[in-house]
Amino acid sequence: MAAARAVNLPDAAGRFGRYGGRYVPETLIPALDEITAAYQATKRDPTFKKAFFELLHDYVGRPTPLTYAAKLSDRYKRKIYLKREDLNHTGAHKINNAIGQGLLALRLKKKRIIAETGAGQHGVATATACALLGLKCHIYMGTEDMRRQQPNVFRMRLLGAEVIGVTSGTCTLKDAVNEALRDWVTNVESTHYILGSALGPHPFPMMVRDFQSVIGREARKQILKKEGRLPDLLLACVGGGSNSIGLFHPFLRDTSVRFIGAEAGGRGSALGEHAARFDGGTFGVFQGMASYVLQNTDGQVMGTHSVSAGLDYASVGPEHAWMRDTKRAEYIRCSDDQALAGLHLLSESEGIIPALESAHAIGVLPEVVKKTQNGAIIIINVSGRGDKDVAEVARFEGVKL
Amino acid sequence: MSKAKIRKSGSPEVRESLGVRKSGGPEVRNSVTSSGKTENRITRCFSDLRAAGKKAFIAYLCAGDPDLDATVEIVVAMAEQGVDIIELGIPYSDPMADGPANQAACERALASGTTVRGVLDAARRIRERTNVPLLFFTYVSPVMAYGIERFAKDAIAAGVDGLLPLDLPPEEGAEFLSTMRAAGLATICLSAPTTPPARRKMLMRESRGFLYYVCRLGVTGERATLPADLGKQVAALKRVNDVPVCIGFGISSPEQAALAAIHGDGVIVGSHLVRLIEKHGKDKNIAQIVAARAGVLAAAVHKEHH
Repeated sequence: MAAARAVNLPDAAGRFGRYGGRYVPETLIPALDEITAAYQATKRDPTFKKAFFELLHDYVGRPTPLTYAAKLSDRYKRKIYLKREDLNHTGAHKINNAIGQGLLALRLKKKRIIAETGAGQHGVATATACALLGLKCHIYMGTEDMRRQQPNVFRMRLLGAEVIGVTSGTCTLKDAVNEALRDWVTNVESTHYILGSALGPHPFPMMVRDFQSVIGREARKQILKKEGRLPDLLLACVGGGSNSIGLFHPFLRDTSVRFIGAEAGGRGSALGEHAARFDGGTFGVFQGMASYVLQNTDGQVMGTHSVSAGLDYASVGPEHAWMRDTKRAEYIRCSDDQALAGLHLLSESEGIIPALESAHAIGVLPEVVKKTQNGAIIIINVSGRGDKDVAEVARFEGVKL
Repeated sequence: MSKAKIRKSGSPEVRESLGVRKSGGPEVRNSVTSSGKTENRITRCFSDLRAAGKKAFIAYLCAGDPDLDATVEIVVAMAEQGVDIIELGIPYSDPMADGPANQAACERALASGTTVRGVLDAARRIRERTNVPLLFFTYVSPVMAYGIERFAKDAIAAGVDGLLPLDLPPEEGAEFLSTMRAAGLATICLSAPTTPPARRKMLMRESRGFLYYVCRLGVTGERATLPADLGKQVAALKRVNDVPVCIGFGISSPEQAALAAIHGDGVIVGSHLVRLIEKHGKDKNIAQIVAARAGVLAAAVHKEHH
């Protein structure tokens, strides 16, 4: 029942139950209305769909493979498949949404694009889409994240984007979102904000989910072809929640398929030491939406920590909050150490170095398999490749390169 | 009130007429109308000013910057210098609608240990000493964390008159806003240059006390000039109904304030005063320094219309 209803969420106000909505300054309301209307129109427009899917096919390289992980499967006595978003052009799932919203910006006749980025993957994807589509591109990135992700900063610059370092607050993703929102409030008439995850004010959580749902639609078709049946469990990391919602959403009606999201457990359970919103967060409003927020008792948003810049965020997309409350999905923590172990495990057993974000999904695998029976089919979303993280992993493990 | 009195804020005679007990104390209440209903101080302020052919000068500062004791002193001193209404910002960790000046003020306030409870207590201390209308300028997160009903009740008990939630469009906050109103707080809406006509009407109808016209796109902060379409935009709002329209965002000089006062019913200055607090935060005469500047701005706004 709940799952069937969920397919039609959000409602017209952008709500998933009590989550979502539009908690933004009045200046942005007309722009959000405009984007909503334009986005709804694209759904009825075959030329938009055609342009989008052609680019995903010919430029991004979709469909991405569903790889059978033979050694992992053998080790855990389950059938483990990997959805290979790491093989997308630019190396992560972020490009799906960046292309979709870039095309939407063209429709809105907005020539300038802004975006926030944490790990740099969304920044690179947006810079790429902008180069492809002829749009001017400004990327906001916390200076702490710039330090952790130097290769991505340079990639964005190579792609012609301007990267603006954000020094306010904690100098990470949430502060980059604040700065991007400030820019947008100022330049809303000429600028489209390509939000990179399924969060923020309506219609972003819906729109990003829909553009990312290509992941789950492909995976569903691929597994049916390979195994002749639906999987038992889907596993993905959850920062803002776009790769996970993209994988989960097309399976929403398939109530036999369990969803598990891995949050950044960081290095401890105290506020500020992790980014596990479902294990320490409370109901609140943050950056345009109602969701679970890591905040103190005074409603002040707390700093977060994760070895992975892309999961280092104090809140989570509203649809995940809703799926958690309705028990459609489960969310578990994965510590920094578990994630690093996951990175080594996938690298050594399958020859795939995952992004530190995606490594969180691998890191909880030993725990997740216990929730299933022998022979169960598990699909893990490898949301991005780990090249960008090589230097950071070495630093973390005390290896001098 | 049968007849509005000309108000010269801060003068002892006016304080008396507004029902302030010289001794102060928690008994100070909003004035009572002939029908026996409490009249909101903000509403009362505008009707008095209107009767006198004057415009309102509204000053913003972030509560707790540099600390709450200073906030109390600055507000009391500003009221004495003729500021008509005070907007007290509740500091928030992620003030996305604010520019660098107010953002830094939030950081200073939080660093000084400011909490919502502390801000409410500061409001109560201010109310013991002056009858100037007080409203909270806030993001919804701290209020939600405190508890919406509890906040409404405690704000009224502290002598606060209104609330301006920055990131809460009316359709998002129906329950929040009705709770605040039921408690007696004026809930102020914002309108922007991007607001289309139909929405402008809705906002004017939803707003209580006054409507805050954000006169330019962007975040809070000082700007060199006023936007060219200001008169036209404000006139469009004022055609909807007679809710006072106050103009803010980027106003930083007495000249700009006086010009804006031609169009609106009031003028709001924030970042400019916040920068003074930033510069003189450690000065023991901080209250006098900020109030003196506020007084110059207030005089510029008051002078233009009589």
